[in-house]
Amino acid sequence: MANVPRDLKYTREHEWAKPESDRVRVGITAYAQEQLGDVVFVELPKVGAKLTAAKNFGVVESVKAVSDLFAPVSGEVAEVNGELTQKPETVNQDPYGKGWMIVVKPSSKAEWDQLLTAQQYEEYLAQGGH
Amino acid sequence: MVSRYIANTPDEQKRMLGVIGAASLEELLVKIPAKARLARPLGLTPALAETDLIRHVTALAARNADADSHVCFMGAGSYDHYVPSPINHMISRGEFFTAYTPYQPEASQGTLRSIYEYQTMIAELTGMDVANASIYDGASSLAEAALMAHAVTERGEIVLSRAVNPLYKRVTATYCEGPSLRLRDVGAPDGVTDLAAAKKVVGPKTAALVVQTPNFYGCLEDVAAAAEIAHAAGALMVVVADPVNLGVLEGPGKLGADIVVGEGQGLGVPMSFGGPNLGVFAAKNELVRRMPGRLVGATVDRDGRRGFVLTLQTREQHIRRAKATSNICTNVALCALMATIYLATLGRDGLVRVGALSTAKAHYAAQRLGAVPGVSLRFAAPFFKEFALKLPKPPERVVSRLAKQGFLAGVPLKTFERSLADCLLVAVTEKRTKTEIDAFAVALEKAVA
Repeated sequence: MANVPRDLKYTREHEWAKPESDRVRVGITAYAQEQLGDVVFVELPKVGAKLTAAKNFGVVESVKAVSDLFAPVSGEVAEVNGELTQKPETVNQDPYGKGWMIVVKPSSKAEWDQLLTAQQYEEYLAQGGH
Repeated sequence: MVSRYIANTPDEQKRMLGVIGAASLEELLVKIPAKARLARPLGLTPALAETDLIRHVTALAARNADADSHVCFMGAGSYDHYVPSPINHMISRGEFFTAYTPYQPEASQGTLRSIYEYQTMIAELTGMDVANASIYDGASSLAEAALMAHAVTERGEIVLSRAVNPLYKRVTATYCEGPSLRLRDVGAPDGVTDLAAAKKVVGPKTAALVVQTPNFYGCLEDVAAAAEIAHAAGALMVVVADPVNLGVLEGPGKLGADIVVGEGQGLGVPMSFGGPNLGVFAAKNELVRRMPGRLVGATVDRDGRRGFVLTLQTREQHIRRAKATSNICTNVALCALMATIYLATLGRDGLVRVGALSTAKAHYAAQRLGAVPGVSLRFAAPFFKEFALKLPKPPERVVSRLAKQGFLAGVPLKTFERSLADCLLVAVTEKRTKTEIDAFAVALEKAVA
């Protein structure tokens, strides 16, 4: 079973979301990077871009496939992990740490409760993850 | 009725009609309005024997005026440059000639390598980091560049100089209709783009500024100044260029272009009455993931041997579907191969000579033709191998008169730009001789007298 940290929330599209005071850090889960295989490119929005929950905010490309990234919450992009342009493999090596993708300043708190808990995400994966 | 060209037999036809529930072929067609149907047999002449047919078609073909039968001064996007004989010989090899989409790395190293070399040569000529495996023609290359600029900048306006080939502009307008991009014009009243006007039109909504050099009228544009205007507004600089000129002229990439497109027909591809042509497309490295078309890259196999593969296919529609960079994921591989052989045959010095001879002969022709009474050069701006002549008689009539004397005199500009209705666009390549140019000047003098 893939690593699912307890302190994070999750989407059904395999993004994780981590609360950091008034902001939310976002990346893709260990399960997602395993499924994708070697990540070769990550396309992320610019700082200041407006995101809508469950809508596409970027693209992750592996040797096998190209997948859209979906925003866990609505809000404004506060930070972008520029390191991934040069070292996209960081997403495979450390998906919950250095492989983070963006930091969002959420525009609503209600959406947070809609996200899956670690336990719910584990159950979702146990059912096949899609 | 049995036809030798219809594969099914009368018996099979009867069975098919039975399944549909029609008594006869006639009954099947009953819904087609009578006035839309031909009430008599097709007016075909009886079949000819092969020798008679060849004679007949040869006689028909002889009625064409082409660059073999006439002395060609026509250009406007398709040029009578010399096509060295090794080209036809080499492209006729079955491995190159018959294969369709031969892109499996395991089986197609020869084709992939030729495309890789093509890309390398185009990148070097245009002064860009990366070139694709080609697109259909200059017009579709420009249209794809407009879409790419929109994707990169997320802006909705493309600013085009009026001195960009008007046919390219029409194709670009068609491509831009779907994504609702707005095309805006900048005038070129003196034969070159009015950059002061461009500065006013280019702004925060502009995805790209497009100029062509030499432009549709043959004049050279100040690409560096145009690029400065584009970049100051955060827009991309798109330059349309003819690669056969780039042995002499600076690669637009070195002058600030972000995307260089153009018609590569001059690189050893015969004019063939307008096609197939060769769409050249090159860009800066940081834009490569937004670049349309196929890309061949070099790599090594597990034993460390050099090999060639399609690269960055994740941009393409068989993987990315609706989100592909472009929905053209093919190329004109055979024409690209012609260009590759052309450039390899001529080499660096040969290409420089083609450019130098073309421009020298064009300037000689401009001097000779401009001295014909009543005839003058329409624009004072520096030109390369093509120029607009102002004629004292309607250019269309002059053209048909000169065709009878063995000259394809040029392209009348009336259909493209009404204000230039009295102008004839004349192109001169390295193939034209002094004798031909002198004879043309004499014939023109009589035609306008």
